[in-house]
Amino acid sequence: MAGKPKLHYFNGRGRMESIRWLLAAAGVEVRRTVNNPTFLCTFKGGTLMYEQVPMVEIDGMNLVETRAILRYLAAKYNLYGRNIQEQAWIDMYVEGLKDLSDMIMFFPLSLPGEKEMNLEYILERATTKFFPVYEKVSDKFYHGQDFLVGNRLSWADIQLLEVILMAEECKPSVLTGFPLLQEFKARISYIPTIQKFLQPGSQRKPPLDESSIESVKNIFKFERGMFLKNMSTIVAEY
Amino acid sequence: MAGKPKLHYFNGRGRMESIRWLLASAGVEFEEKFINTPEDLDKLKNDGSLMFQQVPMVEIDGMKLVQTRAILNYIATKYNLYGKDIKERALIDMYTEGIVDLNEMIMVLPLCPPDQKDAKITLIRERTTDRYLPVFEKVLKSHGQDYLVGNKLSRADIHLVELLYYVEELDSSLLANFPLLKALKTRVSNLPTVKKFLQPGSPRKPPLDEKSLEQAKKIFRIN
Repeated sequence: MAGKPKLHYFNGRGRMESIRWLLAAAGVEVRRTVNNPTFLCTFKGGTLMYEQVPMVEIDGMNLVETRAILRYLAAKYNLYGRNIQEQAWIDMYVEGLKDLSDMIMFFPLSLPGEKEMNLEYILERATTKFFPVYEKVSDKFYHGQDFLVGNRLSWADIQLLEVILMAEECKPSVLTGFPLLQEFKARISYIPTIQKFLQPGSQRKPPLDESSIESVKNIFKFERGMFLKNMSTIVAEY
Repeated sequence: MAGKPKLHYFNGRGRMESIRWLLASAGVEFEEKFINTPEDLDKLKNDGSLMFQQVPMVEIDGMKLVQTRAILNYIATKYNLYGKDIKERALIDMYTEGIVDLNEMIMVLPLCPPDQKDAKITLIRERTTDRYLPVFEKVLKSHGQDYLVGNKLSRADIHLVELLYYVEELDSSLLANFPLLKALKTRVSNLPTVKKFLQPGSPRKPPLDEKSLEQAKKIFRIN
């Protein structure tokens, strides 16, 4: 029954990537699963609660819903704080980051004519709305704290590093003006489990490239170009 | 320091309503400070009360909590509505996220352009009867217990019953094939705290009418 968790998703980042990050940071090995579009048909009416992925088989459960999965893993691997207040801070930080990470995640699916506008919007939000919050939290570091919450590594630190790296892929100099976040990035990247994840050959997936975009669109039947219209997360259609 | 939680939002359902439901069901009295104008919202932003410049925001136990899920998680944990261990919490989270997805579709319907509305409503109906409600009906059938998880009231039951009221508002016939969900709705509605919340004069908010929608758009600067 106890075995390596098994991840069900397509072979790309998407909503599974944060889960891969968390497992890697916790030093948990996973069974690799590479999926293709046909697998979804066999799963319908079966082990996918809402006929959606990500799905993670772990501890005898078929967990779905990204947040449910992340919370379970964070709690299981002691990355969710030591008490209810710390949990609240972690929740606020990760929920805040999700808005930004969703925007970046869906950016490759923009209509060609909207790409530049969307990129500008993402970078503006990152540097005026999101990063200042975390830079300010990092102010605590001068009082000897290396992490966002509770003076120890948590889900919030891992999520923030992931999003920083995603933002840098959009614009390498995006952390200019955020010296504390630059230090944070360096520090968290050097944690051994995370350093290992950042090396080639790990479970980490590359950004979506042109050839993958078409297959993703087919698997998930995305509505094209609508992702920023209402500034809310789009829902993939199956 | 301990006082009633204070809710900051506009005078309508939106993203604050599930929080009102959860607090009320837990028997927690709370205050509300309504945002009535764009300037009210600006003031909250400018005095540093909103971590990401957004509401809902709930002042509770010396913290200014933002992000709906963070707030709900805190309340559910504090008032023992989140299961007894991490596995029960995982089940509750899975059910809750599905409920939130459907609730979100219903919540944003008033903002939908008129020419897309019919299509959206059709989609909502289909999701309700084909994807979401069958899951919860099946859960109740599988264990035959009164509540979704752990044979005990949890946030999942409260969120689900709230959703069932909205489904009913949309079209009561959508609940026709879900006898166990109807029974859950009745059972939970009869709990003293919930019963009180369902009565007139409680903090429960009505559906958005034209006037409130216009006001909300103004406050949140949605065009």
